[in-house]
Amino acid sequence: MAVEFSQETLKRFGEIVGRYPKKDAAMLPVLYLAQREFGYLSPEAIEYVAELMDVSPARVYGVVTFYTMLNMKPIGKYHIQVCRTLPCALVGAEKITTLLKSKLGLQAGETTPDGKFTLSEVECLASCGTGPMMQINDDYYENLSKEKVEEILKNLK
Amino acid sequence: MEKILLRNIEAIDSHTLAVYRSRGGYRALEKVLRGMSPEQLIEEVKASGLRGRGGAGFPTGMKWSFVPKDSPKPKYVVCNADESEPGTFKDRLLIERDPHAIIEGTILAAYAIQSRTAFIYIRGELVFGSKALQRAIDEAAQAGCLGKNIMGSGYDLDLILHRGAGAYICGEETGLLSSLEGGKGWPKVKPPFPATHGLFGCPTVVNNVETLAALPWIVDQGAARYAAMGTEKSKGTKLFCVSGHIRRPGVYEVEMGYPFKRFLEEDCGGVPDGRKLKGVIPGGSSMPVLRGDELEPVRMDYESMQAAGSLLGSGGVIVMDDSTCMVKAAWNVARFYAHESCGQCTPCREGCHWMEKIFWRIENGQGRKGDLDLILNISGNITGNTICPFGDAAAWPAAAFIKKYRDEFEAHITDQRCTVS
Repeated sequence: MAVEFSQETLKRFGEIVGRYPKKDAAMLPVLYLAQREFGYLSPEAIEYVAELMDVSPARVYGVVTFYTMLNMKPIGKYHIQVCRTLPCALVGAEKITTLLKSKLGLQAGETTPDGKFTLSEVECLASCGTGPMMQINDDYYENLSKEKVEEILKNLK
Repeated sequence: MEKILLRNIEAIDSHTLAVYRSRGGYRALEKVLRGMSPEQLIEEVKASGLRGRGGAGFPTGMKWSFVPKDSPKPKYVVCNADESEPGTFKDRLLIERDPHAIIEGTILAAYAIQSRTAFIYIRGELVFGSKALQRAIDEAAQAGCLGKNIMGSGYDLDLILHRGAGAYICGEETGLLSSLEGGKGWPKVKPPFPATHGLFGCPTVVNNVETLAALPWIVDQGAARYAAMGTEKSKGTKLFCVSGHIRRPGVYEVEMGYPFKRFLEEDCGGVPDGRKLKGVIPGGSSMPVLRGDELEPVRMDYESMQAAGSLLGSGGVIVMDDSTCMVKAAWNVARFYAHESCGQCTPCREGCHWMEKIFWRIENGQGRKGDLDLILNISGNITGNTICPFGDAAAWPAAAFIKKYRDEFEAHITDQRCTVS
């Protein structure tokens, strides 16, 4: 299947670009759009975005590999990101990660074979006063305990 | 103490325009648009003594005054909402609970430099916050506080919410601008400064969320009232985010100059479980750690923190009790910087990873004689030798951990094991 935006997404692309004083500034929102449309940013998707943005694929590739939220591989339906930075580490982030690893049978950076869960250890998510914490897709889960994590996992269908 | 920054957050539906307005919101903007010139506004903010709350503490009014008035190029204002400094979560609170204060502050800053386009650059992970901000921007535009002919004044401003995509370095103002230009978040050499050569080479002001959120109160209540609070060089109030081993973690608004020890013990409830305070990082993980026994004379302002050998930074206060292994803490912090170095300057790109590896081996029973001096040497070779302050931010804490807790580091090396946990 050719990598290209649907008509609706193309329209959205036009709106996003039109919002900015220069087209280049729309790079991140356009990459988000592509990531949502294609699931992840494959080499083909990167070339397609480069063409849309009138820049070289190398420039887009540089951007994609620079930011942690842009994925070049498919990720699970639920992307679980546990903060490992000092404030969370002081209040037990490691225990939460260990629990998640054993519950999901994953190491950090891996995805379950059924494509349901990806587990990542990430740096500070600006939630230091309510650690330990994790982000699952768009949502923050704070003040985690073993019981709370188990409950959260149970509710992820 | 009268709350300035947290004045609205406990009100029900504080994020909505109606509630913000009912509490005096957009009154400052109206005052400015009806009767103050941009120059008068800049003078007012200078007189308030407000300093940038992102970490560097540069006087806000002065920063604005560097923008050339006669430039033929467009001018931009960017609100830096890329809050990523470990230990810091104050901007997130304002974004979620008082987005209109940030928006009003951004409009005021834009008016001061006569910008027609402003941005809020928010870190990508803050999805909930982005939605709150976008809703507030739409509401403000609908009510005529943004867009064409704001409040009938003839002044136009577009405000664009822009999401980052996960990179600590984009909190550094020139890294942020590179990112907003559609590239990697690589910082730029200064000078030229953003005030003359910023976004797309145009005059640009970048201000932190907390800085901007203070402006409506300052303009509404008058600079003199703000300047009457705090100390000689640190005016007004500041947000402090308290995390780690502390009974009541959270965001606190404190008048500058407040005693640090009293703050930790009384306001935040002290260290829990009968433990003792071992150390505190007072201004986000980039700032040198202070030992628990050094805090007596320290006050919460720019001068006092500096005199104590650290810095106020972002106000991220990370508290560590006596169960904390300082080698492990230093390794954790070093790992953060190794992960987040943008890779542009060799001393930082290479040095951060070396420091992380050496801290790791000390913690894991493989430390070598001379390792501590080796880290101090690396740290010294990063400091001042990079394009942006990230290098210093990685080098200072590494050196401070060793200097403040050298015995503990040496014991790890001598015993070839972690001697604390």
